[in-house]
Amino acid sequence: MTEFLEMGGHGGYVWSAYGITMVVLIISGWAASRRHRQALRLAKLAGAGPGPARKPKVTEI
Amino acid sequence: MSLKSWFHRFGSAPFVYRLCSALAPWFAGSAALLTVVGLVGGLGLAPEDYLQGDSFRIMYIHFPSAAIGMGAYVMMAVAAAVGFIWHLKLGHAAAAAIAPLGAVFMTLALITGAIWGRPTWGTYWEWGDARLMSSLLLVFLYLGYMALRAAYEERDKGDRVAAVLAVVGVVNVPIIHYSVNWWNTLHQGSTVTRSDPTITGDMLWPLVFTLFGLGLLFAWMLMNRLRGEIVERERHTRWLQDYLTGPAQ
Repeated sequence: MTEFLEMGGHGGYVWSAYGITMVVLIISGWAASRRHRQALRLAKLAGAGPGPARKPKVTEI
Repeated sequence: MSLKSWFHRFGSAPFVYRLCSALAPWFAGSAALLTVVGLVGGLGLAPEDYLQGDSFRIMYIHFPSAAIGMGAYVMMAVAAAVGFIWHLKLGHAAAAAIAPLGAVFMTLALITGAIWGRPTWGTYWEWGDARLMSSLLLVFLYLGYMALRAAYEERDKGDRVAAVLAVVGVVNVPIIHYSVNWWNTLHQGSTVTRSDPTITGDMLWPLVFTLFGLGLLFAWMLMNRLRGEIVERERHTRWLQDYLTGPAQ
């Protein structure tokens, strides 16, 4: 187990690289989901908006 | 199905939104599985490098981060170009969704690369190194795209101006790739992405897993961001309001 953690003397480098990556990716993933949920919440509040809801046409985005 | 109808389908916000919603959990699950397998292989099973020892294991996150960071930029440029040329807002939405994620992955590539560089080259960073400089430039291009887009009050205008930056900047991606061939760099030459790979199989297989695993993770995050972009843009449309209020009462 100690061998695994020490990584032949390079443990500090290997584990800090993996650690930073994991933290950043977790935060990124959470932020992306949060963004989506936030948008949904705001859209609900906006309701039908200032004008009448438009009927979507085939090419409309 | 004809090309034209595919174009219409993927240009339709409700279709893309529902597709992303349906696919997202599958991508998350498979991302987790592949990444775990890759990490077990990379950290535990692969033999140590004859020169670098165990520090080379950083490759299993460094290489995928860089590949994804670069690939994402190309995706962003294509999406922005599609949005610009065909006035397809979904293209701009996709580009906007990609940008922050691509920036994150490319920055991770630089950070993990710097950490790996210390025991290997004796330094974390080297100004003037072609691979490092062009990679750093890519991060700035991502940030530039995001900043330029945000600078405009009219979202559509910001989309179009930033799209030009995205497309102009895409030339940097092949420059990054070939930099190690064209210039004298600290960074080693290609061992994997070449016609005759020089990496041994028992070191390579975990890399395939972490590459696809992290790639799927990127895709999952992208789907969430894209869903958020679509919701913001489609706030006042009928389809979204119906979706939010649920099936017809």
